[in-house]
Amino acid sequence: MEPIGIAHYLTVAAILFTLGVCGIFLNRKNVIIILMSIELMLLAVNINFVAFSHFLGDLVGQIFTLFVLTVAAAEASIGLAIVVVFFRNKGTIEVEEINQMKG
Amino acid sequence: MLTAIVFLPLIGSFVAGFFGRLMGDKASQVLTSGLVGISALLSAFVFLNTIDGGQVGTVHLFTWFVSGDLSVDWALKIDSLTAVMLIVVTWVSFLVHVYSIGYMHHDPSVPRFQSYLSLFTFAMLMLVTADNLVQLFFGWEGVGLASYLLIGFWHERPTASAAAIKAFVVNRVGDFGFALGIFATFLVFDSVKLDTIFAAAPGKAGAMMHVFGLDAHALTVICLLLFLGAMGKSAQIFLHTWLPDAMEGPTPVSALIHAATMVTAGVFMVARMSPLYEFSDVALTVVTVVGAVTCFFAATIGCVQNDIKRVIAYSTCSQLGYMFFALGVSAYQAGIFHLFTHAFFKALLFLGAGSVIHAMSDEQDIRKMGGIWRHIPITYTVMLIGSVALAGIPPLSGFWSKDTILSAAFAAGSWSGYLAYCLGAAAAFMTAFYSFRLLILTFHGKSRAEERVMAHVHESPWVMTVPLMLLALGALLAGGLGYHYFVGEGRGEFWGQAVLNLNAHPALAQAESVSVIFAWLPTVLAALGIVTAYLFYSVYTEIPARLAQQFAFIYRFLLNKWYFDELYDFLFVRPAFRLGKWLWKDGDGALIDGIGPDGLASLSQILAGRIARLQSGYLYHYAFAMLIGVAAFVTWYFAKQG
Repeated sequence: MEPIGIAHYLTVAAILFTLGVCGIFLNRKNVIIILMSIELMLLAVNINFVAFSHFLGDLVGQIFTLFVLTVAAAEASIGLAIVVVFFRNKGTIEVEEINQMKG
Repeated sequence: MLTAIVFLPLIGSFVAGFFGRLMGDKASQVLTSGLVGISALLSAFVFLNTIDGGQVGTVHLFTWFVSGDLSVDWALKIDSLTAVMLIVVTWVSFLVHVYSIGYMHHDPSVPRFQSYLSLFTFAMLMLVTADNLVQLFFGWEGVGLASYLLIGFWHERPTASAAAIKAFVVNRVGDFGFALGIFATFLVFDSVKLDTIFAAAPGKAGAMMHVFGLDAHALTVICLLLFLGAMGKSAQIFLHTWLPDAMEGPTPVSALIHAATMVTAGVFMVARMSPLYEFSDVALTVVTVVGAVTCFFAATIGCVQNDIKRVIAYSTCSQLGYMFFALGVSAYQAGIFHLFTHAFFKALLFLGAGSVIHAMSDEQDIRKMGGIWRHIPITYTVMLIGSVALAGIPPLSGFWSKDTILSAAFAAGSWSGYLAYCLGAAAAFMTAFYSFRLLILTFHGKSRAEERVMAHVHESPWVMTVPLMLLALGALLAGGLGYHYFVGEGRGEFWGQAVLNLNAHPALAQAESVSVIFAWLPTVLAALGIVTAYLFYSVYTEIPARLAQQFAFIYRFLLNKWYFDELYDFLFVRPAFRLGKWLWKDGDGALIDGIGPDGLASLSQILAGRIARLQSGYLYHYAFAMLIGVAAFVTWYFAKQG
């Protein structure tokens, strides 16, 4: 069994990212799932950061990860707040129903 | 002084036009009438100064424009011809201004009317004092504009608007010829200044010019083109159709147009250009023939019309014919003399007709009048004087001028002169006939009007009757007093250098030696005409109806004015409408708009609609598009690298 290298990490991250993307596109139900998918993509990016940081021996990547987590938390809270307000106004958060930007 | 004469009416027009609402009706009437009145007084002085052979010359105001060899000034030329025209224009215009105070008193836009009247007067004064052809053209067009405004004064009536447009368009045809004539003059003489042209004219008598590849006698071409303009303005046959329709304007306007300001312009212009016409026998013959035919043809129509103003309108047309064939046989003095006397009795007849219409509660059909002479004795008396003067019965003014013209035509000795004499003598009979037909039907016999109207018949106020009496005085005396100076022994001294008569054209000089029979024939015919009218409409009143029945074709032909309107409608008006409609619908609408603005607009609308469908509003569609975009860019980037 070969030792776990950078390729494994990158593969996992890529799979997570793809899952996130697909989650955004294929999801027809509600907006919270989109938020979760975005979170998933950010985490995939974080894994990349940490993996590269470790293998290149540079700590900057890990520090950057902490920043990303902070921003992600803030983003999640704002996103959930928007969803709550939206639900109050429209009575739904189904993605199919949200098309007010239709031209 | 000359400057004041010309520009006072303009000031009056300007002030009344722009500040009339502030000043009120009374003030604008007083102002415009007053200024034209001053102008009339001054022109009397100028007239007396000029005819003694004194004050002849040019008042230079300023240079208008200079372009290469072409230099045009604003300058006022004064000689006997101008002085006579000044008298006619300012006095008739003044009396019309005063008359309008009474006639228009219940009209809602009095200041506008007075302003237009003064503008009309100014334009005509500019025309008669013009020192060069371009300035003449300015006055010419100014007169056209003012007539358009005045004929269409009651613009809420569709017929008035139509008549105004007709007058304007028909005049455009003539003006086109006139403008070409000015161009041709400049081409030949290198100048548009009248004095320069006249001085050079004898030297150019044999000059030729190219017209459509043909060599033509230059002065003939110029004269014929200028005459086309005169035909339009002075309502000669083929371009006369606007004049009877000009009746749609208020009656004082008709008086002004017919007597002083508009139709005389053509006669004046030809007389003014006499130093050119004298050198072109062809042009003179054309003028004679056109004048003679117009004179005859308009008189025949006048005999059967039933609208009081229309009868007088055709009579003007006919009298203008007299003036033109007088010019054509080189008796310019006689033509202008007739213009002078005609101005008085024609203004009198029109204003008198206005007074009748006023009295009859706006009725214009003479078949619905009659028996009113007791009720409006002043109007009746002046109308009688005017009619007798028009008929040419001595010693009233019409006799002197008409008699001279016909004698001169006879004395000219050319075939066109004899033709003019015959048609003119026939027209003299008809003139007397229709003017007394008008008089008898309007004033005598049993009343055919409704009782309601008859109860209202009243004499006009003094502001209307005083001008009438003054004009009647002119109609009585102008001929007898003027004869000696205008066409008699004193004419050489009176006219000075204003008109040119070559020795080859001695018609006027020989007019006195025409044998007694031919000299008095027109007068006898006129007397017969009066008797005929009396018999037809007073004694044997059933004759006219029987004649109309017997010669139904001729009667309808005359009643419909020789079908000129129908002919023009068929030849020009309807094709023009069709062409216009085609250009509008197919040319402009389908082609230009279809491909141009409308096409682009609808194309962008369709495209926008398609693009708008991309905007589904679903977030994941947008995100997907972004992803595809990123993927595509990355792929492209790598492909380029690899």
